Amino acid sequence: MSRLPLEKKILSENDRIAARLRERFGESGTLCLNLISSPGSGKTTLLEKTLESLPKDARAAVLTGDIQTENDANRLKPFGVPVKQITTGGTCHLDASMVERHLADWRLAQIDLLFIENVGNLVCPSSYDLGEAAKIVLLSVTEGEDKPLKYPSIFLKSELLVLTKTDLLPYVPFDIAAAEANARRVHPDMEILRVSCTKNDGLEDWLMWVEERKRESRIASKVLV
Amino acid sequence: MHEVGIANSILEAVQAESGLHPGKVPRKIAVRIGEFAAIDPAALHFCFEALTRDTQWEALRLDIEVCQPRYFCPECTVDFSASQFDPRCPKCESEHTRFLSGDQLELAYLEMEEHEPTTT
Repeated sequence: MSRLPLEKKILSENDRIAARLRERFGESGTLCLNLISSPGSGKTTLLEKTLESLPKDARAAVLTGDIQTENDANRLKPFGVPVKQITTGGTCHLDASMVERHLADWRLAQIDLLFIENVGNLVCPSSYDLGEAAKIVLLSVTEGEDKPLKYPSIFLKSELLVLTKTDLLPYVPFDIAAAEANARRVHPDMEILRVSCTKNDGLEDWLMWVEERKRESRIASKVLV
Repeated sequence: MHEVGIANSILEAVQAESGLHPGKVPRKIAVRIGEFAAIDPAALHFCFEALTRDTQWEALRLDIEVCQPRYFCPECTVDFSASQFDPRCPKCESEHTRFLSGDQLELAYLEMEEHEPTTT
């Protein structure tokens, strides 16, 4: 019996495609953000509010993933930005090759801000690099404040936590301070925003966060050129 | 939930590697899975067995080493293993530690046996 050391990543093929995407995003100065949450935490609603509020010259686009239906793409199309649905047909996450395939007929040079709405799932999307500049995790106040401890991987890998549906706080037994403490226990430097899309609370902070990241990515891309 | 995909990627790696070594039969593939990788080892075993059953890979065994997360405390300049995803330094209890590893999804090694020629 002989033992052959392999020492490589199981998902090296996905990582290779993700690195290629990241390089393309860098060249075109596209900020790519990967939004992840449980189903029903408000990813599409946050995107609706975001697209509604962005300036006309923001040059945004959205890839939205689901197991079935074009419903999310249909919700986002009225905002007049390029939107494409990725229907995975059963797969519980997006991978880099799906993103690359669906970007094939878009010109990245014309997109400054690309949102990827992942399949609703707190587990599997954490393993798949999509070439994004940052992962963002959403947690709604109708879920449990211990989610960061139950699903630590995605909270560790996300730069930003957006706590959504905060207008419902008076009606649910959700301890928002405990949720934030749990997130920071897993990821001490995590940035956290509180947002209510129905009351328009906290949206300014979210848009500022996106704008700041866009500015940073433009600077980085100029440095590369 | 995505253990089937991971098991499939492991098998693809074995296939690619064994193609480079004609005359040898893969017997065991060893992988390292971090506790932060969001992979359930029992589910991965289950999926791997389901994918290999009644195929040429039926005799191939999967060996999973589960790796605890490791952190570094800049105050104490020590690195430590942490269970339960608790990143606090065991020495000074600081929460401002740095994540080092624990999300591995890695192929460690492949054990292969010389192929026994069939006699007629």
